[in-house]
Amino acid sequence: MTALLEARGVTKRFGGLAAVSDVSCTVAEGSVTAVIGPNGAGKTTFFNCISGVAPPTSGEILFRGVPIARRAPHKIARLGIARTFQNIRLFRSMDATENVVAARHCRTGAGILDCLFRTRSERAEERNSRDIAAELLEFTGIGRWAASPAGSLPYGDQRRLEIARALATEPDLLLLDEPAAGMNPKESLDLVELIRKIAARGITVVLIEHHMKVVMGISTHIVVLDHGEKIAEGPPDAVRNDPRVIEAYLGKEDVS
Amino acid sequence: MIQTLWDGFVQGALYAVVALGYTMVYGILMLINFAHGEVMMLGAYAGVVTLAGLAGSGAMASLGLPLCLCGAVLASMGVAACYGFVVERVAYRPLRGAGSLSPLISAIGVSIVLQNFVMLTQGNAPIYVPGADKAWQDALTGGWTAGPLSVQPTDALIVAVCVLLMAGLWLFVQKTRIGTAMRATSQDRVMARLVGIDVDRVISATFVIGSALAAVAGVLTSLLTMQAKFDMGFLLGMKAFVAAVLGGIGNIPGAMLGGLLLGLVEAAGIYGLRADYKDVYAFGLLLVVLIARPRGLLGERVAEKV
Repeated sequence: MTALLEARGVTKRFGGLAAVSDVSCTVAEGSVTAVIGPNGAGKTTFFNCISGVAPPTSGEILFRGVPIARRAPHKIARLGIARTFQNIRLFRSMDATENVVAARHCRTGAGILDCLFRTRSERAEERNSRDIAAELLEFTGIGRWAASPAGSLPYGDQRRLEIARALATEPDLLLLDEPAAGMNPKESLDLVELIRKIAARGITVVLIEHHMKVVMGISTHIVVLDHGEKIAEGPPDAVRNDPRVIEAYLGKEDVS
Repeated sequence: MIQTLWDGFVQGALYAVVALGYTMVYGILMLINFAHGEVMMLGAYAGVVTLAGLAGSGAMASLGLPLCLCGAVLASMGVAACYGFVVERVAYRPLRGAGSLSPLISAIGVSIVLQNFVMLTQGNAPIYVPGADKAWQDALTGGWTAGPLSVQPTDALIVAVCVLLMAGLWLFVQKTRIGTAMRATSQDRVMARLVGIDVDRVISATFVIGSALAAVAGVLTSLLTMQAKFDMGFLLGMKAFVAAVLGGIGNIPGAMLGGLLLGLVEAAGIYGLRADYKDVYAFGLLLVVLIARPRGLLGERVAEKV
């Protein structure tokens, strides 16, 4: 297995606080990696470093061996990294299809003149984007909402739309930030199924998740963060029984 | 009365086209581009200079007015688009992320610079549209009369062009790749970046398009007044800004509606009350609408803090 993503000593400071501190890890191509840890462990900040939203203070991130730590987010997206947010960030007043079409931007090339004059190639590209959007909405199971404003979708389907939009950028690496947050057990199970389908497409998935059922159900590799530091890493069974992980989650046994 | 409303409609269409530039930039940057009126003035200058050149060289007589007008409009769009692009690069982009007040002051500065630049280089006297040229007289005289309404060819041209521009912009924003990117950027800039949209390029495109639209409105305004002057952008820009706020700034149909409404209200005021208070009606209307609907007619409701 080759490393698709490699973090080397990634640190992100906010003033005196190190939200992520010297985290190194690798994500193997084709894996489903879970990043877990208590609230405030730095998981989302770590995602922000990878996706370019908040570049790391120090350290390097390699994607297919190429350093990306200080590149602009749209360039990172073009290289093949997509993400979703824990608090849903859809283009709320655009309909579901348009949300996905907007994300085709990084794989389409019509310039301003093409758009102003609606050249043949621009129209063909636009049609193609809409076809891909329709396919992705079906794939994520929300085809029936294609023409509905994104903000009006039921909560669980808004999450699916975020995933569909991320997939539209044709990522090799998909970062999912708590995709099962706020979902009931049935919806969580369906989500696990969807993530499996995404992985089956050959897309490497890294997800932050609190639902242990989801984590243990799909991940092939787990990274555990606590207070910004990596405290454990390995296959699910090993991580589950790691004393440091148990300590981080349940607190230290008080022997008095 | 009908005549007055028609005149108001013509003026309103011009306001609307200029207002689009304000509203597009605000929608994406939350910036009120006070230099927009000046860019329109520069467009008007470029257009009138082109027309005068064509008339002076006798080209207008041989090419005919329609072709010359097209040429002048294209030239003015090109010039204004360049100015819009450069102004954003020089005066706004370096201040991105510097709070909202700094670019606003920068915008006012750009406005003053451009106005004085034109005054110093072109003089403070107006330059005139070559309306005496024979080709001009042939093409733009006459008009149509229907009952109490008489429509000048210039008026008809202005309305036709403005409606076309607005429809075209609407299609552009709704249907094309860059239009979609603009709407995405205006809703969530960070998320737009994350789906691969180069936000800086989208902003540049917004300025280029808004400026080109303003240039067309500038040339058309010159056709109405038969002149272009260095300070014409100030009041027109203000009025268009009022139109954008009336409709709900950041909202494209709102700018169109606001522009038309403003033109009509001004005309109604001139007809029913006094003509010399024309500007009072415009700004009075703004006050009334802002008191009743602070976000403008089509603006989104924001949750009010109690």
